[in-house]
Amino acid sequence: MAANDKTNDFEKIIELKNVSKSFDGKAVVKDLSLSIRRGQFVTLLGPSGCGKTTLLRMIAGFETPTSGEIYIGGVPMSSIPPYKRPVNTVFQKYALFPHLNVFKNIAFGLKLKRIADPTKPAKERYVTKQTVVDGKVRRERVKVSVEATRKLTKSEIADKVNRALKLVGLEDYGHRDVNSLSGGQQQRVAIARALVCEPKVLLLDEPLGALDLKMRKEMQIELKKMHEELGITFIFVTHDQEEALTMSDVVVVMNDGIIQQVAQPKKIYDEPQNAFVADFIGESNILTGIMEKDYTIRFLGKTLACVDKGFEKNERVDVIIRPEDIGISAGPGQGHFDGEVLTVVFKGTYYEMEVKAGDYEFTVQNQVEFQKGAAVSLTIAPDSIHIMKKLITINKFVGYVYDEETICFAEGDWEIPAQGFEKGDEVVVQIPFNAVELTDDEEDGVIGARVAQSVYKGTYYQVQVITDTYEDFYVDTADEWDMDDRVGIKIDPAKVLVDAYVAPEETADEEK
Amino acid sequence: MKRNRNKVFRPTAFSFPYLAVTLVFVIAPLVLVLVYAFRGQDGGFTFANFREVFTEKQNVMQLLQTVGIAALSTGICLLLAYPVAYVLASKPFNKWAILSLLFIIPMWINFVLRVFALKSLLEMMGIGKGYFAAVVGIVYDFFPYMLLPIYTVLSNLDKSYVEASADLGAGPVRTFFRVTLPLSVPGVVSGISMVFMPVFSSYAITKTMGDADTTVIGAKIASLFHQRSYGVGSALSFVLLVLVLIVMVVTNLLSRRTAKAPKGGKVA
Repeated sequence: MAANDKTNDFEKIIELKNVSKSFDGKAVVKDLSLSIRRGQFVTLLGPSGCGKTTLLRMIAGFETPTSGEIYIGGVPMSSIPPYKRPVNTVFQKYALFPHLNVFKNIAFGLKLKRIADPTKPAKERYVTKQTVVDGKVRRERVKVSVEATRKLTKSEIADKVNRALKLVGLEDYGHRDVNSLSGGQQQRVAIARALVCEPKVLLLDEPLGALDLKMRKEMQIELKKMHEELGITFIFVTHDQEEALTMSDVVVVMNDGIIQQVAQPKKIYDEPQNAFVADFIGESNILTGIMEKDYTIRFLGKTLACVDKGFEKNERVDVIIRPEDIGISAGPGQGHFDGEVLTVVFKGTYYEMEVKAGDYEFTVQNQVEFQKGAAVSLTIAPDSIHIMKKLITINKFVGYVYDEETICFAEGDWEIPAQGFEKGDEVVVQIPFNAVELTDDEEDGVIGARVAQSVYKGTYYQVQVITDTYEDFYVDTADEWDMDDRVGIKIDPAKVLVDAYVAPEETADEEK
Repeated sequence: MKRNRNKVFRPTAFSFPYLAVTLVFVIAPLVLVLVYAFRGQDGGFTFANFREVFTEKQNVMQLLQTVGIAALSTGICLLLAYPVAYVLASKPFNKWAILSLLFIIPMWINFVLRVFALKSLLEMMGIGKGYFAAVVGIVYDFFPYMLLPIYTVLSNLDKSYVEASADLGAGPVRTFFRVTLPLSVPGVVSGISMVFMPVFSSYAITKTMGDADTTVIGAKIASLFHQRSYGVGSALSFVLLVLVLIVMVVTNLLSRRTAKAPKGGKVA
């Protein structure tokens, strides 16, 4: 249908604007904005609990955003119930109606559908139109011409159902009881049931999760083929990175309710935006390095050439190196790092080796096997080193409780309630970026700081300020702040999280 | 193959005490009823008792009356209980509190006491003994037995069916009639059998709260036994038993046809 309309090929079919969702005060999707173009195969990828399914359910209409707006085909969806939305869903556990057979399951949506009927004259109807003029709401009755519609006839329904069954390769299964089908067959029926309604967008909620590996591979190929044939937009939710990379035009990587990166699969793999994406997509060696100057990075005590620039001088960054990009050769002194092979595992077409070099254990993949315990040296080409800004999602400080109303950290006495803690307790204070307020006059803030960086994020600025004791604060603000300006810092105590401080050795694992 | 190491204490052995109780208090009386029903005054085999049951007009009429009262009360119970169960299952109420209020607390009061209390209450409202009072009494007493099975089915109903229906374009009303209602049929059927069958054979409520119009077949059987007319009484009991059996078989067939229980997530 719409996909043949070439002029609209790049139209945004779905737009999410600052969408947030919380359940019982716990934020699951955080101020998320995203547009999806007509006809694309978009995958929402992330670990479980990252908010990807919630996002899909909000598009389908099963959940209402706490704030923000979802547009489908340019129409805001906040007041439109699921049964009036131009989308259909393939559910995680298929949700085939057990009291109906395969044919009736697929026909369910068609029986409710109304189509334009050109044989009957258009009807005239009065509707109340609401317009806002000068801030006042004006209502007027307007005459509109409404196309006559009719239900589909029995034979039309049968035709469409049979075509859908053919599409998913289940021609002779119409009369079958859905419970008598295998998982893969149920999956196909669920897809047919959604596609037969000719939605503008097909939503798929981890539809292949319950299938075994072989079946899953087959369905991946078939889904991709269906997408190409039908030309409608697919939004596919999965936690399987390989699935996402093989099937999609665009991958949206999510973590913790926030979009980490939106890009084509190849770009996601080759140029991950941050350490999370790099770690989640494929295997990665992630180290902390210091950007000495443009094109020069120092890590593990060595200075290497790289292809990245545009960082602050001596900025601490994440260094990401793919295991297959590391050259390995026998004997020390040949490459950048000398190391010792700790483990070797054969992976079918290559060997995966853990190589200890200095304090770090590199994962290295190579066709050539090196024996356990062998002394080797590792070589890393400049274009194999990916440099990323350190990913910080929340301001975190360690401080102590001064009294019930005051917590001290970053050389400031902050008015933050400290219920449940004793005076002198060490605490971890977490301050969301939007809970920090900058003041023009340094004296108005609790502490003073210097503006180090101001990055426009589409709808707001993310400002980094550095205090006189070299503590960093990140701030989300609607205003742009000039570099090197002196500012004051204030905090909204209501948004601050205070937890007991636990020694780092014990928390290190959890944080990862 | 599973092998039982101990031949005496197989798992089935745990059911023996109950089997013994059933044998003495259920099977034996049934056999006695059967024997009495087919035994004449002289002690020989006869159909005379059944002939008497079916030739006396009053019996047939009371049988029909009983079916009428049981069907009416069951219907009212269903109409009252379904919406309550639906709301309870779909809304985030304090379910335990409401359920215990409706189901458990009434059980703390003796059945006969409850009937008498309701009778006094109705009398205070100016409603005397009669058909209406009897039906009110039955509905009041059996309502929980209708509510609980329907509530159980509805609250265990996978929400994704309702979502799938909405997703395919069905509004809330259509979704209810095309998805929720058909899928809750097993609960409705067990609710019906849990109300209809006991009402059909009991006579305490109708006797206390009703009048001549509400004389049910149970009362007739009781009076026959009081008159030491064991043969006819047993024959009538037997007829009642067969009728209840027929109702049970029919409802079970209906429920099996309309709703196939979902088998959960099958994995290929």
